[in-house]
Amino acid sequence: MAAESTIDPMHQFQIDSLAGDLAGNPFAFTNSALWMLIVLGAIFVFMLGGMKRELVPGRWQVMVEGITSFVASMIDTSIGPEGRKYLPWVFTIFMFILFANLMGLMPFGVVPGVHPFTVTSQFTITGVMAIISFSIVLIVGFWKHGFHFFSLFIPHGTPKPLLPLIFLIELLSFLVRPFSLALRLFVAMIAGHILIKVFASFIVSGLNAEGAMGPAIALLSFLFIAGVSALELLVAAIQAYVFALLTSLYINDAENLH
Amino acid sequence: MPQINQLSDVLYSQLFWLLLTLAVIYFGIGQAMLPKIMSTMDARSSRITDDLAAAEAARRAADATEEAYRARMAESRTEAMKVTGAAKQESARATETRVAAADAASREKIEAAEARLRAAAEAAMADIENVAAEAAQDMVARLAGVKVGKSEAARAVKAAMADV
Repeated sequence: MAAESTIDPMHQFQIDSLAGDLAGNPFAFTNSALWMLIVLGAIFVFMLGGMKRELVPGRWQVMVEGITSFVASMIDTSIGPEGRKYLPWVFTIFMFILFANLMGLMPFGVVPGVHPFTVTSQFTITGVMAIISFSIVLIVGFWKHGFHFFSLFIPHGTPKPLLPLIFLIELLSFLVRPFSLALRLFVAMIAGHILIKVFASFIVSGLNAEGAMGPAIALLSFLFIAGVSALELLVAAIQAYVFALLTSLYINDAENLH
Repeated sequence: MPQINQLSDVLYSQLFWLLLTLAVIYFGIGQAMLPKIMSTMDARSSRITDDLAAAEAARRAADATEEAYRARMAESRTEAMKVTGAAKQESARATETRVAAADAASREKIEAAEARLRAAAEAAMADIENVAAEAAQDMVARLAGVKVGKSEAARAVKAAMADV
C-alpha cells in the first residue's frame, strides 16, 4: 500500500519552475513553458518539411500540404471565400492543440528524469485560446455589422411574443461559447491522462500485492492502458479538429451573420 | 487539482509563454510559411489543370489531323477512281475508233473486190452474148443460108437470154 500512496494522478499537471521564481512572475520559465517551446519547435520542424515547394511533393511535403489543405478546406466550407484571412489563426490553434495533445501522449517518461507535460490540460492555456477566438468573433462581428450583429441572436421566423426570451437564450448560448470551447479541450485532455495514470497505479500496486489476483489485475490494467492510449491519440486529433472547426463556425457567424 | 491550486502563481507565466508561442506560430508559420505552402499547392493544381487542358487540346488537334487525313484519303480515292474511269473510257474510245477504222478499210476493200467481180461478170456476160450472136449467125447461115446481120443476131440473142 505504500507504493500506491506515492502515485498521485494529478501530479502530472503540476507546474514547476525550471528557472526564475514562480509566484506571480510572468517570465518564470516553467515545465509548461518548456513544453510549449517543444511544441513550437516540433511544429516548426514539421512545417519546414513542407517548404521544399517541389512540384512533385515528397512524403513529408504531402503531410504538411495535407494538413494545410485540410484546415483550408474546413475554413472554406464553414466560412466561405472570405474565410481565408482567418486561416493563419485557425491553423495556429489547430497545429498548437494537435501537437500539444500528441506531445503529452508520447512516452517520453521512459527516459529517466523526463516528465512529459500536456500543455492543453491547463485551462489557463485552453481558456486564453478560447478567449482569443471569441474576441475575433466579437471584433469581426461588431466591425462588420455594428449593432446589427445582435440580429445573430434572433433566429429567422421567431414569433413576436417569444422574441425577448429567444434573444436571451441565444445571447446566453453565445456567451457560453468561450467556456465550452475551453472546457471541452481541457476536460478531454485531463480525463484521459488521469485515466491512464490511475490504471498505471493499478499496475504498480497489482504487482506489489501478494496473491495471484495482483498480477492478473496488473495485466488487465496494462491492456486497458494500451486501449485508452490509442483512444487518446484519436481524442487528441479530434479535439484539435473540434476546436478549430468551432472557431471557424463562430467566425462564420460573425462574418456572415445568418 | 494543480490547475486551480496554482492558478494565481502560474497565471502570468502561462499567459506570457502561451502568447509568445502562439505569436511565433501565428506570425512565423501562419503568416509566413502558410501562404507559400498554399501558393505551392495552387501552382501545382493550376499546373495540373493547364496540363490537362494542353493534353485535351493536343488530343483535339490529333483528332482534327486524323479527320483531315481521312478526308484527304477519301478525296484521293475518288480522284483515283475518276482518273482510272477516264483512262478506261479513253482506251475504250480509242479501241472503238481503231476498230471502226479497220472496219471501214476492210469494207472498202470488200466493196472494191465486189465491184471488180461485178465488172468481170458483166464482161463475161457481154462476151457470151457476142459469142452467142456469132454462133447464131453462123448457125443461121449454115442451116438456112440466110445472111443475118450482126445487130439482128445480137438482138435475138438478147431476147432469148432474157427469156431464160
